[in-house]
Amino acid sequence: MLQTLLPILIFAALAVGAAGAVRRIRLWRQGRRTPMRWHRLVLMPKRYLNDLHHVVARDKAIAHTHVATAGGFVAAMALALVVHGFGWRNPILGGLLLAASLCMFIGALAVNRRRIDPPAKLSKGPWQRLSKSLLAYSVGMFLVSLPLVGVAPTLLGGGVLALILLALVAWGLAEMLIGMGWGGPMKHAFAGTFHLAFHRRPERFDDQHRDVAHDVHRGSRSTALFPLDLTAKTLGVEKPADFQWEQLLGFDACVQCGRCQNVCPAYAAGQPLNPKKLIQDMVVGMAGGSDARYAGSGYPGIEVGKHHGGPTDAIVPQLVEAQTLWACTTCRACVEECPMMIEHVDAIVDMRRFITLERGETPEKGAAAIDNLIATDNPGGLDNASRLDWAADLDIPRIQQRPEGVDVLLWLGDGAFDMRNQRTLRSLVKILHAAEVDFAVLGDEERDSGDVARRLGDEATFQRLAERNIATLSRYRFQRIVTADPHSFHVLGREYGAFGGDYVVKHHSTFIAELFDAGRLSVKAAEPGETVTYHDPCYLGRYNGEFAAPRQVLAALGVEVAEMERSGYRSRCCGGGGGAALSDVPGKARIPDMRMEDVRETGATTVAVACPQCTAMLEGVVEPRPQVKDLAELVAAALVEPAAAPTARTSSEAPEEVPA
Amino acid sequence: MTQPERSSSTAGEARVVALVSSGRHPVSGRAGRAREDARAVEMGLTLAGASLHLAHAGDAEERRCRSTWACSTALDGAGGPGELSLLPMAAGDDAVPLLASWLEAYGANLVLTGQRAECGEGSGLLPYLLAERLGWAVATGVAAIEHYAGDRVTVLQALPQGQRRRLEVRLPCLLCVDGVAPMPRQSAFGPSRRGRVEAVSNVTAEPDTLQAAWQWQPARARPSVSRWSSRPTLVTASRPLRPSRRLPGGRCSPISRRTRQRRS
Repeated sequence: MLQTLLPILIFAALAVGAAGAVRRIRLWRQGRRTPMRWHRLVLMPKRYLNDLHHVVARDKAIAHTHVATAGGFVAAMALALVVHGFGWRNPILGGLLLAASLCMFIGALAVNRRRIDPPAKLSKGPWQRLSKSLLAYSVGMFLVSLPLVGVAPTLLGGGVLALILLALVAWGLAEMLIGMGWGGPMKHAFAGTFHLAFHRRPERFDDQHRDVAHDVHRGSRSTALFPLDLTAKTLGVEKPADFQWEQLLGFDACVQCGRCQNVCPAYAAGQPLNPKKLIQDMVVGMAGGSDARYAGSGYPGIEVGKHHGGPTDAIVPQLVEAQTLWACTTCRACVEECPMMIEHVDAIVDMRRFITLERGETPEKGAAAIDNLIATDNPGGLDNASRLDWAADLDIPRIQQRPEGVDVLLWLGDGAFDMRNQRTLRSLVKILHAAEVDFAVLGDEERDSGDVARRLGDEATFQRLAERNIATLSRYRFQRIVTADPHSFHVLGREYGAFGGDYVVKHHSTFIAELFDAGRLSVKAAEPGETVTYHDPCYLGRYNGEFAAPRQVLAALGVEVAEMERSGYRSRCCGGGGGAALSDVPGKARIPDMRMEDVRETGATTVAVACPQCTAMLEGVVEPRPQVKDLAELVAAALVEPAAAPTARTSSEAPEEVPA
Repeated sequence: MTQPERSSSTAGEARVVALVSSGRHPVSGRAGRAREDARAVEMGLTLAGASLHLAHAGDAEERRCRSTWACSTALDGAGGPGELSLLPMAAGDDAVPLLASWLEAYGANLVLTGQRAECGEGSGLLPYLLAERLGWAVATGVAAIEHYAGDRVTVLQALPQGQRRRLEVRLPCLLCVDGVAPMPRQSAFGPSRRGRVEAVSNVTAEPDTLQAAWQWQPARARPSVSRWSSRPTLVTASRPLRPSRRLPGGRCSPISRRTRQRRS
């Protein structure tokens, strides 16, 4: 009986699953089409085994569980197809099938153990069921295959036991094969396979890097936003079908592991954003229906089950509230953590683009910043001629007076209008003078880089600013650009390339580290006993992979760095990126308060920062708290000036404590 | 702002027009929406929705007004792309007869505009001259439209120190919107691309003969006089005092009180 029923079961499940898969592919292809690159399918296995595993293996236990379960299943399924499906009842193959089922069983046990009291980040519902289905399939397949190696009677069938075994195998096949095609939890394997092959950012994978020993941080390889064609019929994403089809495919690959939810600063602050729920909402929109079947954590403060969507229905507000999109700080922590390499930030910015460019519904302060950028080229609406007011006494050369060219063009950024950041800039200028760097500034010809406009979705203003800045820069000669603003650093270095601006851009931390390496700076020893921690800015670290230079600078100063639990590529955002400080979505806590709590846990008395936004956000935390100092300020304070330097300046830079 | 109440009108549909001019940003001097006109457009959109019509008298070649004004999203919605009528005139022409003849031909009965243009002559006289020529009522300093009926409109007029006066104005009328009216909506790039600018061809502008007779000279720098100055002699010496000078707090300035006593 088994020998007749098993092939029928297997092929029926395959056929039904395949029909579902065709339907699923149609759902993906509702998105905007791009030229198909079929040859990339060949790259899939390596991307899966190498790049994806690299991310999953940050949690070793999960990686091992997944290897056992998934590897066991793939092998057991392939062998079952040969042995039971086509009836090639070879004892060796049978033995292999038993081994594969056993391997899968062990993996499934680990999965079930994790599911007894699942962590909050995991989705339940069908995912809880999957753990049981894995057991059912592995046990069922193991037992029905025993006769192949002669352990059990060949005619196992005929009794109630055979029926039970068949039921187990059928349950397993239904979950694994039919569920894979028809949107069950196993869909992740099917969608994930194609997602890895047709990923919209192929640079994220090792196979796109000729140099195998490429040591650039993987997450930072492709972080520039995609330019928007401003002549398109509608701008941005209004409905799920407006996404590129690869993006829809990517959303469908989500395994709801909740790693993104765990690292999202907005979610932690109780703002109505949960990256995992957002991706699931995109899947709901693509397939049509309501979010009532979602079995994980929702957006804080927003009830699950009240929203619905369809592929050609507007996303905001029926499916996702606008507040959810504006809560994102574009810190990329979710993208960094995602084992399926889903691009959450791209999706959020795409939807923001529609709200801003087509609806004109940017949150109030964001809209004001955009209006100011259009009128005055800076988000504060200030006179661009006042960009250098803070440096009136500093003797900074203008590039206009240096037609022969300079080594370093110092890009000030909009921090030049902010009194706190002016202290950082003054320190940086002091360092450049001390190291006798040949530098100059653009002065009032410098405009906002367009970072805020772009993250708020105003691609039109961003492109206008980019084109004007590129035109300005093309008139002057310089070797490289140095800036103290990671946002300018990212936009100038990574995003202007698409508009014809290719520059060597260095963040001031990198540049100062180079000055130290070249022995051009001499500093006095740090005071003992002071502990410093370093806060990695998202746009320097995760976006551009610069984790080492700031720490090198601190090491050169001789200070002891007490690392926070979340540092380096897992650094927690300060809450100031992506226009989030402007949209200011209410939550239960403030993101900078949480970050300052991280700082306090290290026992540090000073937190070293390297970004004007981080400085502003962290200094906004009420005292008493560790003091916030930019790297440039720390270096400038420790500088040992050459003897020829005027004494007046030295005394003004380091005033003695005078009781008021 | 609350939606103005609308009674079912017997006199047919309202023909609401907003007159818009080119603005000049106070810091950068860049062209853009004139701020009071933008509030007038916002008020018109709140009242009439997509049926609001915009009109601009100016340089026919200046296509900038498209991006400046055809950007209001409500114009883009149900009623097709927003439309702006461009009445071509040269810099030396008089806008009043041009606008008057066009408004009559269009059949407008409620016209909204800002109180004063941000560039050009900027005398703030255009609404009065226009209303005089059309024989319409004119209300200035309008902060909100409260109620709209077929033949009259109830508005709130902004007075100093946050006071408001309720006015009932008979249609057709011209309302000059004050800077305290509700904020204009954000201008959106997408709809502004689709907004249509229709150059009106059946009107001809007349040259401004009065303006042609004026003599122009650059403004002279005057000594800046603080209201808090402790030297009243300087105030009286440099320029005559306006009769009622009021401080933000609502008190009369000690200087002006003293000087008024002296004058009387």
